[in-house]
Amino acid sequence: MGRYLIRRLLLLVPSMLVVFTITFFLMHATPGGPWARTGRPLPKAVIENLNARYGLDKPLWEQYTSFLVGIVTRGDFGPSYSRYGRDVKDILVDFFPVSLKLGAVAMVLALVLGLSLGVLSAVKHNTWMDYVSMFLGIVGVSVPSYVVATIMIIVFAITMRWVPTGGWDGILSRRILIPAIALSLRPMALLARYTRSSVLDVLRRDYVRTARAKGLPERLVLARHAVRNAMIPIATVAGITFANVVTGSFFVESVTKVPGIGRYFVSSVSARDYPVIMGTTLLYAAIVMVMNLIVDVVYVFLDPRVRYN
Amino acid sequence: MSSSTRESATTELRPGGRLAKPTSMWQDAWTRLRRNRAAMFGFVFVVVLIVVAVFAPVLAPYPYDKVDFGAITQTPSREHLLGTDSLGRDVLSRLIYGARVSLSVSVVAELVILLIGVPVGMISAYYGGWIDMMIQRVVDVLYAFPSLLLIIVIMTYLKAALKVAQGPIAGMVSTINNATGGLVGVFLALALVFWLTVSRLVRGEVLAIKERQYIEAARCIGVSNRRIILRHILPNTLAPVVIAATFGIPSVISMEAGLSFLGLGVEPPMPSWGMMISEGVQNIRSHPHLLIASGVLLSLTLLAFNFLGDGLRDAMDPWMKN
Repeated sequence: MGRYLIRRLLLLVPSMLVVFTITFFLMHATPGGPWARTGRPLPKAVIENLNARYGLDKPLWEQYTSFLVGIVTRGDFGPSYSRYGRDVKDILVDFFPVSLKLGAVAMVLALVLGLSLGVLSAVKHNTWMDYVSMFLGIVGVSVPSYVVATIMIIVFAITMRWVPTGGWDGILSRRILIPAIALSLRPMALLARYTRSSVLDVLRRDYVRTARAKGLPERLVLARHAVRNAMIPIATVAGITFANVVTGSFFVESVTKVPGIGRYFVSSVSARDYPVIMGTTLLYAAIVMVMNLIVDVVYVFLDPRVRYN
Repeated sequence: MSSSTRESATTELRPGGRLAKPTSMWQDAWTRLRRNRAAMFGFVFVVVLIVVAVFAPVLAPYPYDKVDFGAITQTPSREHLLGTDSLGRDVLSRLIYGARVSLSVSVVAELVILLIGVPVGMISAYYGGWIDMMIQRVVDVLYAFPSLLLIIVIMTYLKAALKVAQGPIAGMVSTINNATGGLVGVFLALALVFWLTVSRLVRGEVLAIKERQYIEAARCIGVSNRRIILRHILPNTLAPVVIAATFGIPSVISMEAGLSFLGLGVEPPMPSWGMMISEGVQNIRSHPHLLIASGVLLSLTLLAFNFLGDGLRDAMDPWMKN
């Protein structure tokens, strides 16, 4: 286990390097630099000065290495091009926690509702309850989050006036309801579908039949034997979904005007704000990779049969 | 996982004791699919959508880009059944033409995904060894890339690069791309990211299949690798690949809509449902009907494909059904 963990952690380094390299060269190869303006272009001298100030006049490989060295040695992504006087680090510190909090709330919602729906429909297999929750499951996978968010804004914010139409006030305000619910719908549906098939699978096992045969009440059969074992594969799904929820808030953030990193990322890509793009991409890649690693490690504790060597 | 159902045609014993005519796996699947009401709804919806997309010029009451400043943001009326948008364009006509964008994305992007994913997964699993290791390292690293970010970065590159591409082949691609409002870029960006899942799936299937005795037997009598792959392995991976493709279609459609929603997809005036939703969001307070029409249609389409995918999975692999 220890050696496995070390090997996996070491593998993070080349993976991050590849992500960095692909993004760096793809962004720099994209026509239209950070100083391209629609309408009246900037004067040539201004562009030259800007390029010199941010080191964009150097050869590409030199920009690549100095950028990389800056990140590795000082953890420094440099200044943002589009926000004068702001470092990438400040921007990430400002915007990322909002996305993280929103994602965490959405994930909690998705876990609670998704697992309950999934267990319910497995236990009440082929009854109307099963059909209703599986219908919800397929609707949740099908309706895009930005459509859900807008419909909720129309109904609950504009028509009923229960909640504000958008904005951000932290996780304990009513403003979070619409973005969090909209964001949680898809992971909830996925979790419900996986949980259902996992529980159904476990319910057919011999040890469940044994538990029933020895006269254990059905409630305890479910709680002690079925659901606990069914949760093992769900842990994998939940871990990967979490990474997706935190990164997948781009659409919901732009509809509900939540000042998260997703909304900021999209605008920084079109502004060719290279340092911000690199910073955000590396941050998200790190989240996804670490999340995958955690899932694999947790698996060993959940399922004693799994051994890595 | 039961592969036996896929490999052999089923024969059923009829009450009279006589063997029924053997039916192929596809016939069996179709019989089971027909009994599934949700899947049939999906099937019919998709067929109707295809017909609408193909005959868009005949069916649409107006051209999709006909601007009418005398009739902006109208609510539904007899002239404009679903109203008009902020430039006075007929919403129904734009939705009808938008079906072309969504369906062409689903067909072409999904095809490219399969063309990359299936061979890569198959070669990786069949040959194993260092080839497998190399390919899997690449797949692993790309997997760690947050897919939405990767798509956005690739899309931004393709959108800008394809506009100005020169040279014999690149120039031609660029011309097609500009004529279709940037569709080629969307196809490529989606395919370059989504082939990973298919290749993993195929690899897993092939790893299992290649240990089977009939493969060993084929190898014993000296059948070439090429023939084993094409005649014995490929047909046996078809069922899971078809199911994966059916589930892949709603994800590429919704990703295209998402990209267009963010302004990174097709170019105006080419109508995309995602773009129409984004226009609807901007006018949500004053003209909610703009959003409802496009949002509901997109959701229904995704729902139909998911129903169909669920049904196909149950129909093709009855043992997997819970």
